[in-house]
Amino acid sequence: MSHTLNIYEPLSIEAIRAEFPILQTLVYGNPLVYLDNAATTQKPLSVLEAMDVYYKTINANVHRGVHHLSQVATDAFEEARRKVASYINAAHDHEIIFTRGTTEGINLVASVFGRANLKAGDEVLITAMEHHSNIVPWQLACEYYGAKLKVIPFSERGELDMDAFAALIKGPVKILSFTYVSNSLGTINPVNEMIHAAHERGIVVLLDAAQAVQHIPIDVQELDVDFLVFSSHKIYGPTGLGVLYGKEALLNKLPPYQGGGEMIRTVSFEKTTYNDLPFKFEAGTPDIAGAIGLGAALDYVNSIGIDRIKLAEEALMEYAQEMMSGVPGIRFVGEAANKAGVISFLLGNHHPFDVGEILDKQGIAVRTGHHCCQPVMDRLGIPGTVRASFSVYNTPEDVDRLVKGLEKTAKMLG
Amino acid sequence: MTIKEQQDEIIEEFAYYPEWMEKYEYIIQLGKELPLIEEKYKTDDHLIRGCQSRVWMHPEYRDGKVWFTADSDALITKGLVGMVIRVLSGHTPKEIVDAEIYFISAIALNSHLSPTRSNGLLSMLKQIKNYALAYHLQDVKRETT
Ligand SMILES: Cc1ncc(COP(=O)(O)O)c(C=O)c1O
Repeated sequence: MSHTLNIYEPLSIEAIRAEFPILQTLVYGNPLVYLDNAATTQKPLSVLEAMDVYYKTINANVHRGVHHLSQVATDAFEEARRKVASYINAAHDHEIIFTRGTTEGINLVASVFGRANLKAGDEVLITAMEHHSNIVPWQLACEYYGAKLKVIPFSERGELDMDAFAALIKGPVKILSFTYVSNSLGTINPVNEMIHAAHERGIVVLLDAAQAVQHIPIDVQELDVDFLVFSSHKIYGPTGLGVLYGKEALLNKLPPYQGGGEMIRTVSFEKTTYNDLPFKFEAGTPDIAGAIGLGAALDYVNSIGIDRIKLAEEALMEYAQEMMSGVPGIRFVGEAANKAGVISFLLGNHHPFDVGEILDKQGIAVRTGHHCCQPVMDRLGIPGTVRASFSVYNTPEDVDRLVKGLEKTAKMLG
Repeated sequence: MTIKEQQDEIIEEFAYYPEWMEKYEYIIQLGKELPLIEEKYKTDDHLIRGCQSRVWMHPEYRDGKVWFTADSDALITKGLVGMVIRVLSGHTPKEIVDAEIYFISAIALNSHLSPTRSNGLLSMLKQIKNYALAYHLQDVKRETT
């Protein structure tokens, strides 16, 4: 399996792994095999150092002080915003809103878009493979404004039913909100086709890129997407921070989300006026260190190149799929033609929880359960899956350990 | 055997298995000895909350003692339920309510089980004690009226 490795040349996989000290951890005496990257990725030294340097040398509140540190901190914070804008090729830096994560990004849009646009009889369109965080905020908004939540179904293989989509998009839909890559099935959805179809009817589109930004190059202008959200912690950055991208014109038209400092221009008890983008949507002191950490994480990804990461991960996924197919009783859940990052499966009739626990005892970290996608499991009639998810530092040896671990697990569970 | 003797017996049995792998094999084996719940009781009212896998449990109060049957859709969980039932089934409500459960930490299962699994184990124990307490209070009430 050397062909997955030389994709990184002149970098070696060993050099990449050396950037992630946590990978040296021993779990019950075994070297850790970390295959829960869809839940969160590990952080390279450069991210940890950037955050450390921030606190040690330039910590101050941003956009507020005339003093030196405040200006340096503000510059670093705004530099991070520029890095994000550049990473997804946003037309303007102020189209990047820092949030707490994907979840908050979706809640923000559902809340303010709902307030501005939703009324009784309108529809919000999502898919049946959404993470709970792209279901519940819309349910709340629909309930409040008397709108209806419509759902695009998917096939047994885990691919969206595009005929159903073509029919549903003709309804009184105000916004289409869906995931680029499914976190439970790994499916890459046909985003270009769907965004185009929505725009033909003047429907606004939010793309949940939580499982896409770390695997697939993203250009928001080329996608022509209206809103895009992701979480820093799934792309080698710190937890507690996320990004909402929105087209300038759309963001300007929407009312603010939370009120507080930073988001205002003038405040009086009679009338308050709001700040410009992006600050209008960033009430309160932001996660400055987090943003700087995310900036460093994107620098890290750029230092390797997302195109190369994509190729390496695809090769590794292919290898994993092939090797895992040899495990007696294995059943893949989600067999879409286009997949990224995630392999979901069941082992015989064994409960995913049992499989996950025995793998854990061998030092192999996977996720088990419904992966915050209960409707997906209900659709497939299963209690959950075991999910192995990959990132830049995973190796064919990790896959081999997983396969051996699964064979041992199968033997033990009988 | 008293609840204490049952626990000591399990601790002794586990001492034979120093390796976690063997411990787990033994737990799975114990699941096979679990007195199975009747199919008709595998309903939502018999489900125990707090487990990632599903656990059904049914108590029966007969001749002054509480007898438990149960099942789970996960093998390791089934083994854990099996152990708990082996320790606590067939005792008076008062004995069950008063029992101090120490075998889980003594066989070092606490540190080996995933947190969700340990939480499930706690919910299971709590449910058993709740059943026993209900029978106990019923008895007390009957005696005083
Ligand atoms: C597709 C998808 N959407 C949304 C989320 C929620 O992300 P967060 O918990 O970081 O807000 C996740 C995370 O698991 C996800 O995989």
